[in-house]
Amino acid sequence: MIQVSRHDIVIVGGGGAGLRAAIAAAEAHPDASIALVSKVYPMRSHTVSAEGGAAAVARDDDSEELHGFDTVKGSDFLGDQDVIEYFVEQAPRELALLENWGCPWSRNDDGTVSTRAFGGMTTKRTWYATDKVGFHMLHALFQHSMRFENIVRYDEFFVTELLTENGECKGVAALEIRTGEFHAILGRAVILATGGAGKIFPFTTNGTIKTGDGMALAYRAGVALKDMEFVQYHPTGLPGTGILITEAARGEGGYLRNADGDRFLVDYDYGVGNKAELGPRDMVSRAIIQEFEAGRGIDSKVGLHAALDLTHLGEAHINEKLPFVRELAKTYIGVDPVYEHIPIRPVVHYMMGGVDTDVNSATSMPGLYAAGEVACASLNGANRLGSNSLTECLVAGAVAGQNAMDFARGSSEGNVERLRGQAECESARVDALRGSAKGSEQISGLRQEMNSTMEEGCGVYRDHPSMAVAAEKAREIRQRASDLHLTDKSKVFNTEIIGAMELVNMVELAEVLAVSAAARKESRGAHTCRDFPKRDDTNFLYHTMAYQTEDGPRLDKKDVKLGHWEPQERKY
Amino acid sequence: MTEAAEMMHVEVTRFDPDQDEVPKVQEYDIPIQSDWKVLDAINYIKDEVDSSLSHRWSCRMAVCGSCGMMVNGEPKLTCKTSLADYSGSIKIEPLANFPIVRDLVVDIDGFMDKFRQVKPWILRAKERAEDMEALNEKGTFSQSPAELGAFKQFSMCINCLLCYSACPVVANEPEFIGPAAIALGHRYNLDSRDEGARERNETFRGEGTVFSCSFANECSQVCPKNVDPAAAVNQAKLGAVIDWAKGLVLPREGA
Ligand SMILES: Cc1cc2nc3c(=O)[nH]c(=O)nc-3n(C[C@H](O)[C@H](O)[C@H](O)COP(=O)(O)OP(=O)(O)OC[C@H]3O[C@@H](n4cnc5c(N)ncnc54)[C@H](O)[C@@H]3O)c2cc1C
Ligand code: SF4
Ligand code: FES
Repeated sequence: MIQVSRHDIVIVGGGGAGLRAAIAAAEAHPDASIALVSKVYPMRSHTVSAEGGAAAVARDDDSEELHGFDTVKGSDFLGDQDVIEYFVEQAPRELALLENWGCPWSRNDDGTVSTRAFGGMTTKRTWYATDKVGFHMLHALFQHSMRFENIVRYDEFFVTELLTENGECKGVAALEIRTGEFHAILGRAVILATGGAGKIFPFTTNGTIKTGDGMALAYRAGVALKDMEFVQYHPTGLPGTGILITEAARGEGGYLRNADGDRFLVDYDYGVGNKAELGPRDMVSRAIIQEFEAGRGIDSKVGLHAALDLTHLGEAHINEKLPFVRELAKTYIGVDPVYEHIPIRPVVHYMMGGVDTDVNSATSMPGLYAAGEVACASLNGANRLGSNSLTECLVAGAVAGQNAMDFARGSSEGNVERLRGQAECESARVDALRGSAKGSEQISGLRQEMNSTMEEGCGVYRDHPSMAVAAEKAREIRQRASDLHLTDKSKVFNTEIIGAMELVNMVELAEVLAVSAAARKESRGAHTCRDFPKRDDTNFLYHTMAYQTEDGPRLDKKDVKLGHWEPQERKY
Repeated sequence: MTEAAEMMHVEVTRFDPDQDEVPKVQEYDIPIQSDWKVLDAINYIKDEVDSSLSHRWSCRMAVCGSCGMMVNGEPKLTCKTSLADYSGSIKIEPLANFPIVRDLVVDIDGFMDKFRQVKPWILRAKERAEDMEALNEKGTFSQSPAELGAFKQFSMCINCLLCYSACPVVANEPEFIGPAAIALGHRYNLDSRDEGARERNETFRGEGTVFSCSFANECSQVCPKNVDPAAAVNQAKLGAVIDWAKGLVLPREGA
């Protein structure tokens, strides 16, 4: 039996973006009922792992104009400039609000909030709470959200489908993980805040929950996925695990060195003197791969890597500003950065692409909004600047919360019985899948195939023949994913069926990613092609839009919103 | 590069309330690698041997707080605990002092309720609209590094709940509000931006809170984040008493 519950709006996701949306809605509408649905307890969301900081203009030597231009340039001119302007304008207020709500931002002696340097940012504008920024932001948001009685949480509920009526989004179907019961959680508007999809790749900074569910939900409901070919590789992940060592380590003065011990970035054109390490991520990641290819990678039992040198910063500075980096390096690679170099290599980190949204966090489907990493509002274009995305979660989350409430107030609830019926069909589908031993594909085996396909075809450097192979292979894997072999028939906390549904979501996105990548015959931001090494504004200054069809994604184009920053050569 | 695989004998608690009356133990012999954490062994079983095993995890970098389990009888964050610390065999059970949902998954809703009772958010005496003058021109409170330092340690709690598993009081008195909830309430009492200490101290003076603590200090010993919840409990006791004594001589605010 399906359980039906009714709210004004339904938010899927309890990370930075989802919590911010819930608070915005709850604060402005104390009489409204806001459902917050999350497959993990909110404080487990992957926002928790963010280390380095959140960007917003704070200092007198800085301006919104500068933050805006840095972001446009970082995006390799694929960012939508209306979104960027709105973002830089709202950013300081959002981070100040978080301060008011208890976030323990690091402070200057005069009691003001301290800022640090980050890659691609011309001045210090990254707010931080030592090097556990995402953790502190998430916990501050979650704890603040608990004061609102009208936020109704559905912890450990896995959303499997968007419920729609006449093309409008009216709620979600969700599996209660603990009981195996199905729910129709209805609302007159829905916000997707489900985060990114790094687990499509084998080597990533992302936690195991980052499987792109929200992207797949929207895609299946007919909404376009935008710019999925743009995948950010972070230059400094620990070999083996992929655990991130934050860019703040370089912001605080760390060096990258090659096998010869040289600060090789000085020779690439990403800045001058002491700022050599603070180039944007796409460029620094490419430089590391070039060092590997020139035979200057460091070979060891953890594989080819470069070295992050913090030894000159001294123990006191490391303990004060980078204590988590020290803990991570010691625990996960057995290196104490006070005395030794940390081995690092580029690692999949962030999806620039996602559900197509605009400055209002609205999608093309009435009643459906998206915010945070799941969305592609085109703030980040072809390459995100580090520390812009935590802030984006807040800015876009708040907008989504307000706009979804406004939409809900002006729209009807929909036919509850029909929506229940839709959820019942979904429930039957999931029941049939649970413990179904009919199929022949093993979850972990297929996941590994998907992972290696994407790594081979859509890495830091790409070429069109390999992308075409990856697209073909991804399509085959998607088809095979409908034939999974499952063994767990229990309804109680069945993580096998969750894993199966997550895999089905990921293989769908993997295909979109590879197909979108194969169609872009230029190099822009994180999409770097050996066979088309130059940016080509004449033919490719557009957003890739992917729509689901039975035969795989159908691609279309959408104009980039330019503004007062004219596209120019991207030089640092 | 790859060394000859070493083997490990792993005993894991299995429990499916649909089928089992009581939890049972299942044994696995698996190949392991020298740099694995305990979580890697569990994931290996899940992926390669028995996909019906249920456990929680996500970040695998000791910050999301989901992967707490009993390892050879001690509460541990399994993504932070090296397999190399154990030789030959290992026993993995769900966190003690919590109801078991399934296999290695426990029910933490009791904690979530306790957590909310301590009002873990900034409380201010005035409504927000009238409170704006407390902020500087950038819209933030002023807080010195020393004021930040006063509560920072207690804000490091990842809600992993190892401390509840270790706590002898929780074991006897499941209603005890417990180390992490107290530490987090106390964290706000110590925050220079907060004005809610009086309200929280009233909670702390209630039954099953700070005065139930027998100061066994087990919580601080198992905490993977050095939060030192035992210190928080002790300080909170003092705060609650002082506030109470003040209440005897001063009329209650708003009364
Ligand atoms: C290691 C690391 C470090 C980073 N450091 C920084 C940094 O310093 N600065 C910066 O700006 N950015 C950083 N980022 C990026 C940034 O942290 C993320 O982009 C951002 O936190 C994403 O937040 P979110 O709210 O969109 O999603 P998440 O925090 O990932 O939350 C997603 C939520 O959706 C829920 N969910 C997902 N699928 C479902 C489903 N099917 N049903 C129900 N619920 C579901 C999850 O339970 C979760 O609550 C970092 C990222 C990583 C991985
Ligand atoms: S106080 Fe320590 S042991 Fe207890 S929940 Fe918090 S982090 Fe875990
Ligand atoms: S998996 Fe996140 S704390 Fe262990």
